[in-house]
Amino acid sequence: MRAAVRKVVGYLGAIAVMLVVWEVAALVLASPALPGPASGVGQLVAQASVIWPQFIVSAWRVVASIVVGLVVGGPIGLLLGRARRADALFGPLVFLNYPIPKVVFFPILLVLLGIGDVSIIALISLIVFFQILVTARDASKSIPSSSVLSVRSLGADSWQVFRHVVVPASMPEVFTALRISAGTAVAVLFFAESVAGSTGLGYYVFDAWGRIAYGEMFAGILAMAVLGVLLYEAIEFAERRVCRWAQAQR
Amino acid sequence: MPDVVVEDASVTYHGVEADVLALEHVGLSLPAGEAIALIGPSGCGKSTLLLAMAGLLAPSSGRVTVGGEQLLGPRLRTALILQDFGLLPWKTVLANAELGLVIRKQPAKESRHRTMEALERVGLAEFIHACPGELSGGMRQRLALARALALDADLLLMDEPLSALDALTREDLQDLLLELWRDRGHTSMLVTHSIEEAVYLGRKVVVMTPRPGRVAAVVDNPLMGSAGYRQTEVFYERCAELRALLAAEGALHPDAAAAAAAGGAA
Ligand SMILES: Nc1ncnc2c1ncn2[C@@H]1O[C@H](COP(=O)(O)OP(=O)(O)OP(=O)(O)O)[C@@H](O)[C@H]1O
Ligand SMILES: [Mg+2]
Repeated sequence: MRAAVRKVVGYLGAIAVMLVVWEVAALVLASPALPGPASGVGQLVAQASVIWPQFIVSAWRVVASIVVGLVVGGPIGLLLGRARRADALFGPLVFLNYPIPKVVFFPILLVLLGIGDVSIIALISLIVFFQILVTARDASKSIPSSSVLSVRSLGADSWQVFRHVVVPASMPEVFTALRISAGTAVAVLFFAESVAGSTGLGYYVFDAWGRIAYGEMFAGILAMAVLGVLLYEAIEFAERRVCRWAQAQR
Repeated sequence: MPDVVVEDASVTYHGVEADVLALEHVGLSLPAGEAIALIGPSGCGKSTLLLAMAGLLAPSSGRVTVGGEQLLGPRLRTALILQDFGLLPWKTVLANAELGLVIRKQPAKESRHRTMEALERVGLAEFIHACPGELSGGMRQRLALARALALDADLLLMDEPLSALDALTREDLQDLLLELWRDRGHTSMLVTHSIEEAVYLGRKVVVMTPRPGRVAAVVDNPLMGSAGYRQTEVFYERCAELRALLAAEGALHPDAAAAAAAGGAA
């Protein structure tokens, strides 16, 4: 409870600082592209009925992508970290592909899957998939052998070792990767929506920019920021529940 | 209670750089219900021997039989306690203690009952919802013991289980180990680096040679477990005898070895 209060206070403080910096920046730049905080927030409220559906569309895309990337990348990464032979086979494949910027495949995805949710989700999932995969693999690789030994001495088969040791032990690292992925995911979402499609916050912002409707554009940017923060907080919340034990460790 | 026989067991590790011969033709027999302490120079293969006895490591040659049956894998009623206790920090005290029964798919209700009994036995009943990270070292050790008790282990293998504890907690747990062994009569094997601990908890003390490990000597210690044993003359004599044996194996620092030799002569 006290932690929650501290968190709210922290957020309020941070918001206050940002408002001040924003106000100063707006005064200094004196550009219609950067309205002051009062009019910026005003714009968001005024545009709420238009932005809200776009917000939902974007939120759905990014959440679906993260879930797909996590559900596919997590288990594969954990398995690769534990199975030496599979790792020797697939590891090089992963590391060859990991550094390639996946956004360059977007045009191909658009051709293959068409313009719309599917290709956007495919692109973001692909990126999240690799980030989670690589982290999960390293995490499961570095699990102390004593944890595994003691569970094996209790008669655990490979699946039980995986379930009771590998998965939970790797969770803190996977969550860290997830948080980083969430930031990347929102950025890629913006890119994908502004390039292809006629819905979502990215499209909304870009469309407003094209119409020189800076007020609307700014409202869209704020909505995108809110989406990012909500995502981050949701992951934090889940992490605290799942990795409660990690806080008890020194 | 099962007896354990190690017959002519050798273990070679295939390391990154070179192959390491950790155990060489080890022969050892633990009578049913016996309490053995195993002591020897660092790196001589004590942990390796214990893993082989737990069925977690197949000897390169030779074999291990428990209760007359050759070991081919982990055995249902063998409990292994490692130096870091082998607890899972993401599970509660209760779930950690119950883990062996869960893994062996025992009926849930009976498992819970047995686990609670075991936790009460080691004095952790109040802490069932805590995480291991919230426990002291001594409590973690008790938890590892509770897991073995919940399994109703008849063979308890321990690898330096008390070495991470401070002196007071350590004596406290030595007494607990002794008490459990006297009450339950399980076959017990304790690896330790402490001469006093070996004499206090081993009715037979096995001394190993430096790597590749072989059995150098077996010291009988029939008075182990008698009241106030730590303060007796016999206890000190046994310790001196062991110290001399270990010095002969080069397990002690030269100064300590000289002192042991002098003490042995006196
Ligand atoms: N997984 C492994 N791969 C290669 N060599 C190993 C491995 N485990 C142990 N060894 C080697 O085998 C020898 C025996 O190791 P072991 O851990 O059994 O010794 P120990 O007697 O338990 O030592 P300590 O008293 O320090 O715990 C050592 O020389 C060690 O270097
Ligand atoms: Mg060891």
